[in-house]
Amino acid sequence: MSYLRLLWIFLRIGAMNELAYRANFWAQLLQSLVNLGVALGGLAVIFGQTEALGGWQPAEMVALLGVFFLMSGLIGSLISPSMSHFMEAVRQGTLDYTLTKPEDAQLLVSISEVRIWKLLDMVQGLALIGVALVEIGLQSGLVRALGFAATLTAGAAIVYSFWLMLATLSFWFVKVANILVIFQAVYGAGKYPMAIYPRWLKVMMTFLVPVAFAVTVPSEALVGRLSGEVLWGALGMALAMLVGARLFWRWGVRHYSGASA
Amino acid sequence: MRGLTDIYATLFRTDLALQFQYRAEMIIWLIFRIVEALVFLSVWTAVADSQGGQVGGFSARDFAAYYIAMMMMGHLTFTWFMHEFEFRVRSGSFSPLLLQPLHPIHRDIATNISYKFLTLAVMLPTVLVMVWLFDPIFNTPTWALWTLVPVIALAFLMRFFVEWALALVALWTTRTAAANEIYFAGLFFCSGQLAPLALMPDWVQTLAAILPFRWMMAFPTELLLGHLTPDQALEGIAVQALWLVLAWGIMALVWSRSLRRYSAVGA
Repeated sequence: MSYLRLLWIFLRIGAMNELAYRANFWAQLLQSLVNLGVALGGLAVIFGQTEALGGWQPAEMVALLGVFFLMSGLIGSLISPSMSHFMEAVRQGTLDYTLTKPEDAQLLVSISEVRIWKLLDMVQGLALIGVALVEIGLQSGLVRALGFAATLTAGAAIVYSFWLMLATLSFWFVKVANILVIFQAVYGAGKYPMAIYPRWLKVMMTFLVPVAFAVTVPSEALVGRLSGEVLWGALGMALAMLVGARLFWRWGVRHYSGASA
Repeated sequence: MRGLTDIYATLFRTDLALQFQYRAEMIIWLIFRIVEALVFLSVWTAVADSQGGQVGGFSARDFAAYYIAMMMMGHLTFTWFMHEFEFRVRSGSFSPLLLQPLHPIHRDIATNISYKFLTLAVMLPTVLVMVWLFDPIFNTPTWALWTLVPVIALAFLMRFFVEWALALVALWTTRTAAANEIYFAGLFFCSGQLAPLALMPDWVQTLAAILPFRWMMAFPTELLLGHLTPDQALEGIAVQALWLVLAWGIMALVWSRSLRRYSAVGA
């Protein structure tokens, strides 16, 4: 429970930091709305020419887009800023202060910076999911909700572990931030279902950059396309990635010698 | 004129040497462009397949040609100044540029061209691999190939001036990211990035032709694919030239206004 309390404290600090710059709220709102308009407009153009994209109906695509924005919000508000903060701390040597604190360093690093205005993306994502679900109609609600919750959690864990592992590389290499930009570039491909991509791209987006687990699998659960295999696969992958990231992190910390030492 | 040529020769030399040191950073923009081409190529291939192989006269192989061409045009014409100016102003790194007895735009033009020259080393192999993977159909007439040279040059210059002028907004407010998004949204729908303009609703096509967007990327792409007649190509060049003059005028106007407005951050 102390973990949750810590997260809450960091959230509050993040909120207080950003409440000082209120105009940023309007800037972010505008940016989120433009992104939403671009994404929905893109879908409108595509569905002007076809009835289904890779087997996905318009309402199901809106659900997919909702999951995409939900995950973008999580990455943009917590994962990405915290990891950038961490990598900068390694470069400057200020990570020393974090490591000397009594609380677990991985946890401290993972929630070190929160950008609350990016939560607007999550709100937007939830709204899209709501609209899509009303459109699709809710059948077998409970099972589907559980599947969605499980795969969404697994997706978030996989994305987090992926970022943490790459960020941990900064103990050895200075310019890792560049690799994370590549993640952002490939992540954009998650706005569309995996079914449309050629096989080699699908494999890359499942295992090399886990876009499929982050967006497509939870969306499949949401619209009732999830198979048992994929569900267990996602959960297994999440567990493996969490453990792997943890081990790699501890190995990296042992390697860390401070920037000035 | 002689002086300017010398200046550009020096700028190119130093820029090439400088950028070569940041090879990894150079690749990043390219990756965004390549992923984007792959995504929309996949989307429209899926649409064509679901419609029995063709949509709006485009088959999967036509889309392959379209997005490979689009990727090249996007690469050749793009600039990054709308992202960079905010940082330039906020960090104060714009001030030393203003102290030099040379308009900063020359330096930016030289940097942009030398960047594109260096990244050809990655762009060309990427194009070849995509041609091998997706088997595109190019019906390019020979005259169109020659016409592409001035068309791409005009597209590059007009886009450069338009975006440089818009980037100058950062001298009024250092919060430009949100406003930039609106411009990029226009580019997304009206320049042919999302879909060939022929597949867009009529009102978008009209809008794209009135605004500068179509003439930046869609027009050179259509020319390369052999979709245009010589008359249409000439018309397009005329419109591009018009936009170039207009964009240059706007840029010059905004520049003189914004300089008066500029007070270095931290000063």
